[in-house]
Amino acid sequence: MLTHDQARAALHTVVDPELDEPITDLGFVRSLEIDGTRVTVHLRLPTSFCAPNFAYLMASDAKDALAALPGADEVAVLLDDHHDSELINRGLADDAGYRGTFGAEAGQDLDELRLTFRRKAHTAAMERALTRLLRADPELSETDLHDVTLADLPEGAQTEGLLRRRGALGLRTGPGEPVLVDDAGRPYPREEVPLRLRFARSIRISIDGNAHFCRGLLRTRYPDSGADQSPEHVSRTVRTNAS
Amino acid sequence: MYSKDGENYYIVDAHVALWDARPENQLNIHGKQFIDCFYDYHRNLSPESERWTYEEYLYQGGERLLKDLFTDGYVDHAIFQPAHLGAFYRNGFGQTEEAFALASEHPDKLTYNHCFDPRLEQAGLDQLRRDAERFGLKGVKLYTAEWRGDSRGYKLDDPWTYRYFEACQELGIRNIHIHKGPTIRPLDRDAFDVADVDKAATDFTDLNFVVEHCGLPRLEDFCWIATQEPNVHAGLAVAIPFMHTRPRYFAQIIGELLYWLDEDRIQFSSDYALWTPRWLVEMFVDFQIPEDMTEYAPLTVAQKKKILGLNAAAMYDLDVPDELRLPREEPQAVAVA
Repeated sequence: MLTHDQARAALHTVVDPELDEPITDLGFVRSLEIDGTRVTVHLRLPTSFCAPNFAYLMASDAKDALAALPGADEVAVLLDDHHDSELINRGLADDAGYRGTFGAEAGQDLDELRLTFRRKAHTAAMERALTRLLRADPELSETDLHDVTLADLPEGAQTEGLLRRRGALGLRTGPGEPVLVDDAGRPYPREEVPLRLRFARSIRISIDGNAHFCRGLLRTRYPDSGADQSPEHVSRTVRTNAS
Repeated sequence: MYSKDGENYYIVDAHVALWDARPENQLNIHGKQFIDCFYDYHRNLSPESERWTYEEYLYQGGERLLKDLFTDGYVDHAIFQPAHLGAFYRNGFGQTEEAFALASEHPDKLTYNHCFDPRLEQAGLDQLRRDAERFGLKGVKLYTAEWRGDSRGYKLDDPWTYRYFEACQELGIRNIHIHKGPTIRPLDRDAFDVADVDKAATDFTDLNFVVEHCGLPRLEDFCWIATQEPNVHAGLAVAIPFMHTRPRYFAQIIGELLYWLDEDRIQFSSDYALWTPRWLVEMFVDFQIPEDMTEYAPLTVAQKKKILGLNAAAMYDLDVPDELRLPREEPQAVAVA
C-alpha cells in the first residue's frame, strides 16, 4: 500500500534546476492525494510566467518519480495557474513527452538545458565551499585555492552537496581531487584562479538570489504556501537584516 | 533632482511605462496573468507604505505618472520603454499614443522609446522607419518573449533582427534596451541566456545594448558578456528594489556589476509603475555595502551620481545642468578590492 510519506519522498527527489532545490522544500507541491493506487499531485509556481520548459521539466520529473513507486498504478500530475497549464497538463496526461507536449516549439530535447543547470549548481557549490575556506583562514589567498583538494574540505552538508553535484556531472570525487575545476573536471591554471572564483561567485549569487525571490513570490501569490517551504539553508544564503 | 548631505543628484529614470492592464483592455486570461505577475513583484518587493491597491496598479494615466516621477519622485528625466504585448491586450500593454503625447508635451522631462518586432519582417522594418521619424527615436525596447501568432519569442541574433539593427544604425537609433523573457524557440535552451546579446553587441559596436534587470535571473551570464563587450550596459530595473527586502543580496548584485562592468555602464530605473522612484532614490543614496563584505569596495558618491542619472544622461545626450555634473578630475574608475 502506497503511503503519503513514500510519495512525498519521491517528490523530494525532484529538483528545480534553476534554483537547485527540491520542489518540496520550495513549496511547489500544492497538494498530494492518494486513493488506493491512484496518486494525484498539484504543483504551483511563483508566477504564471515562470519559464514553461522548466515548469514542464519539474512536472514530468514528478510524474516519473511517482510512477516508479511500487503501488502507484495511476499517477496524475497537474500544474496549476500557469500560462501553459492546459498544454503541459494535457502532455503529462497523455505521456506525450517534451516534443509531444510542445510540438513545433520543441527542438530536440531538454538534456542540454538540464546539463547547463547541473553545471551551474556544481559551480555554485564549489564557490560556497571555497569562499568558506577563505573566510575561515585569512592567511589563505585566492590563488592558493588552486591546490585545495576535496580532502581539505570540512565534513558536513556543504561538502556532501558539492560531492553530490560533482557526481551528477560524472566528475571524480576522490579525496585527492582538486576542488576548483571546470565543467569537465579539469583544474584551471593557477593564474586564472581568482577570475574563475569570481565568476563562480556570480553564479552562486544568481542562484541564491533567484531562490530567495521565487520563494518570496510564491508566498505573495499563495499566502498559505510559506508553511510548506523549508527554511532557506543558512549556509546557502546571505544573512539579512530585513527578512 | 535629489539632495542629501550637501550633494545634489541628477536623476534619470531609464525605464518607465504608461500601461493599461484594466480588464476591458485584457484580450484573454494571459493579460490578467501578466499584470498579476507584475503586481506580485510589486507587493513582494515594495515597502508596505509604498504598496498600491490592485485597482491603482491596473492603470495610472499621465497625470499620476507625472506626479509619481517628477513631483514626488525627484526624477529629472524619464525614458519610456514600452512592451507591446499585443497577444495579451487589445490596445497593447504600453500605451503608445498616450505616452508619446505626454513626451511631446514635456520634451524636457520625457523621452519616448518605441518597440519593434523582427518577426514582422519587411512590414515591421518599414514601420520602424516611420516610427523613427514620427517619434524621433533614440532608442527601442525589445521584449524577446513577446508572443506573436504561434511564436512566443525571438533572439537578437536572428537574421531579421540583424536587419532591424542595421536600420537602427542608419536611423540614429543608438540605444537598444533588452528585456529577456521566459520563452524562445526552440524551448530546448535557457530563454534567459544572453548569448544572443553578446553576438549582437560584437557585430554592432556602435549600438548600446542595455540589458534590463542586469540580466537577472542570469546575472552571471550577463556579467560575463558585459566584461567583454564595452557597449553592453546594465539596467537596474527589478534589481534595485532588493535594497529594501534583501539589502545584502543587493549589495552583492551592485558589487558584482561594479566589478565586471564599471560605474559608467549601470543605469538606475524604477521600472515604473512596477515600483515608484521616490523610495528607490532615497534608499539608494543612503545605501552602502555592508562592512563585512570585504570583497566589495564601498560605493562612492560619484558612483551613485553616475548610476542615478549621469550615465543614462550621457547615453541620451540629456542637458545636465553644470552644477549637477561631476568635476572632470573625479576618478572615473574605482578598483574593487
